[in-house]
Amino acid sequence: MNETIPLGREYMERYPEWREALPGNDLPWLAQRRADAFRRFAERGFPTRKVEAWKYTNLNPLTKKLFAPGAGLAATPGALPADALDEKSVHRLLFINGRAAPGLINGRAAPEATHALPDGVRLMPLSEALETVPDLLAPLLAADAEPEEAGLLEMNTALMTEGAVLLLEPGVRLEKPVHFFFLTTEDAGEAAMHLRNLLVAGKGSEATVFEHYLGTGQTGHWTNVVTEIVLADDAHLHHYKLQNESKAAYHIAATTAKIGERAVYDNFAMSLGATLARNDIQARLDGRGIDCRLNGLHLARGHQHMDTTTVLDHQKPECRSSETYKSVVDDRAETVFQGKVLVRPDSQKTSAHQLNRNLLLSDEASANAKPELRIYADDVQCSHGATISELDEQALFYFRSRGIAEDVARRLLTEAFLAEMVEEVKDPAVHAVLHQAMTDWLGQAWPKGGRP
Amino acid sequence: MPSLLEIKDLHATVGGQEILRGLTLTVEAGEVHAVMGPNGSGKSTLAHVLAGRPGYAVTKGEIRLQGKDLLEMSTEARACEGVFLGLQYPVEIPGVSNMYFLKAALNAIRSHRGETELDAIEFLKIAREKAKLLEMNENLLQRAVNVGFSGGEKKRNEIFQMALLNPTLAVLDETDSGLDIDALRIVSDGINALRSETRAILLITHYQRLLEYIVPDKVHVLSEGRIVKTGGKELALELEKSGYADFEKKDAAAMTASA
Ligand SMILES: Nc1ncnc2c1ncn2[C@@H]1O[C@H](COP(=O)(O)OP(=O)(O)OP(=O)(O)O)[C@@H](O)[C@H]1O
Ligand SMILES: [Mg+2]
Repeated sequence: MNETIPLGREYMERYPEWREALPGNDLPWLAQRRADAFRRFAERGFPTRKVEAWKYTNLNPLTKKLFAPGAGLAATPGALPADALDEKSVHRLLFINGRAAPGLINGRAAPEATHALPDGVRLMPLSEALETVPDLLAPLLAADAEPEEAGLLEMNTALMTEGAVLLLEPGVRLEKPVHFFFLTTEDAGEAAMHLRNLLVAGKGSEATVFEHYLGTGQTGHWTNVVTEIVLADDAHLHHYKLQNESKAAYHIAATTAKIGERAVYDNFAMSLGATLARNDIQARLDGRGIDCRLNGLHLARGHQHMDTTTVLDHQKPECRSSETYKSVVDDRAETVFQGKVLVRPDSQKTSAHQLNRNLLLSDEASANAKPELRIYADDVQCSHGATISELDEQALFYFRSRGIAEDVARRLLTEAFLAEMVEEVKDPAVHAVLHQAMTDWLGQAWPKGGRP
Repeated sequence: MPSLLEIKDLHATVGGQEILRGLTLTVEAGEVHAVMGPNGSGKSTLAHVLAGRPGYAVTKGEIRLQGKDLLEMSTEARACEGVFLGLQYPVEIPGVSNMYFLKAALNAIRSHRGETELDAIEFLKIAREKAKLLEMNENLLQRAVNVGFSGGEKKRNEIFQMALLNPTLAVLDETDSGLDIDALRIVSDGINALRSETRAILLITHYQRLLEYIVPDKVHVLSEGRIVKTGGKELALELEKSGYADFEKKDAAAMTASA
């Protein structure tokens, strides 16, 4: 087996044509970055499981057929699903099948939403940002030196079509969460959606962002999303994600966060959807006194494969990081957690704690855990732990001996395993959506194990 | 009228090993029976077999609760029929509050009996009453089931559950161990308050002292998986003085003789 699978010929042949339709074509810096990225990706190809970071996740299904960019897809402004957030409790940016649906920002005309935003906040689709504020994007968008394990990032840069841009000027505090709502419908077909989000929080600013993927159809589309985050000193960002794509979809996501002094970055991701889902998070702690929390849940069943891979790079002293990732795995599903923590030589007084817990609900379910601690400083407090277990027999018996039916007991114990994570989500509107998604999932696992 | 509990020639294995070997025991409604016996004699095994714990296989014999075949029933069905097991080692359940757990339990049992389920407010009212009876700190109700409870608090929580669930047959496995003197009195008072004409209690204990508070109608000695002696409350005093050595020898002798 090779380390990569080359990009298919069709991609090579059709890229020039696709490129024509991409936003920001008149921006030379962007054209250059896209061209470079495409060339590099074409040289490198898709990573295979020989690449350490992709050890447990096989991207073969993505290479077997051509996923053409879905830029031409209809963004039919149909009715939003019932579980969408109450429009008054969020600032919403809606995308349907990978295209901005500006008529539906907050369910009304776009200007209203913009007016509702405080001064110093820019919230708009990527395509609009490239037209109206290209100079603000130039130093930020795909500007970073290429990381070692690029995954599909370069393919994304070459083809990025749309996404959410949030720019906060220094000191701005957003009270309501910002809802990046990526909805796919039956029209999504087998399209690829190369989405690019950009979140930039100025010094001392604060916001809550809810990145939300919801598939309402049965489509086998591919979401390839990259989220670039830059937090200036003292900024606070609460970043929540719910991945609830259609069951046949592919969801490959990479988030890179560059974090400044004393800033707080709090990331919580819950994965329920897609047949193959990968959530990469790279956090670069680039200042003293940072507080970085990465947490997440996989709820996997059927033949789903879910992979969360994190890299926490402690580049400066006196930072704290904590990670808790949990999986509940049913049927023949498989989950992966790979957590790399790097503590660089001058990063004294680092505190880094990592925990991975996996609950298997069936004999055929599996979970993989790969912690990797590389510590080059001596005055540090680091820990990690990983467990893979089934529901506690003693606890099950205890419930049943009190008259509680076995199904209800299983459900309650599973819920208890998950709930403590969801309860950490402070924003009430986001919490409600995540809690509902969890409850629905549990309800599907135990349709008769209703709430007592 | 059938007896409240009737165990006949019960044989049970755990992990492939026979632990109960022909146990026979009858308890009438309104009675309290103490079961004593050396470590490893099978007391907890008996308790678990009564409650229907998976992994405990009954190979012979029968158990009837008010004439109904208990061995036919699932663990939860037994509880709904009125079997309550106070565990020697209560289980900690992180993430599930005591209140939530007990409300689920009580409502499961109520709906089995054809009674209406209680809402949170009705439940809280009853729970507070029972907590008072056992002088149990109310904040233990809000906390996760047994998590971080002291040994004594765990045992008190078991009796609190019993008070709430109103069982027909309560099997209390070493409820007295780990209790300080004051707690022993409070828990005993609680159990005494739950004595009733329609209920039977099987009290597993190592200590005669508990039986000073809760005076049993009968005392049984369990040794090597069998009841080897039955007497009145004075039997416990006798055991306190002479220990179990006599029974173990006799039992061994009897076995050799019959071999
Ligand atoms: N899972 C198991 N596999 C094998 N043997 C077991 C298992 N569980 C219990 N036993 C054995 O069964 C015997 C009876 O145990 P049990 O717990 O019923 O004793 P006990 O009378 O309650 O003792 P104690 O007074 O110490 O509580 C012991 O020898 C014990 O080691
Ligand atoms: Mg015991």
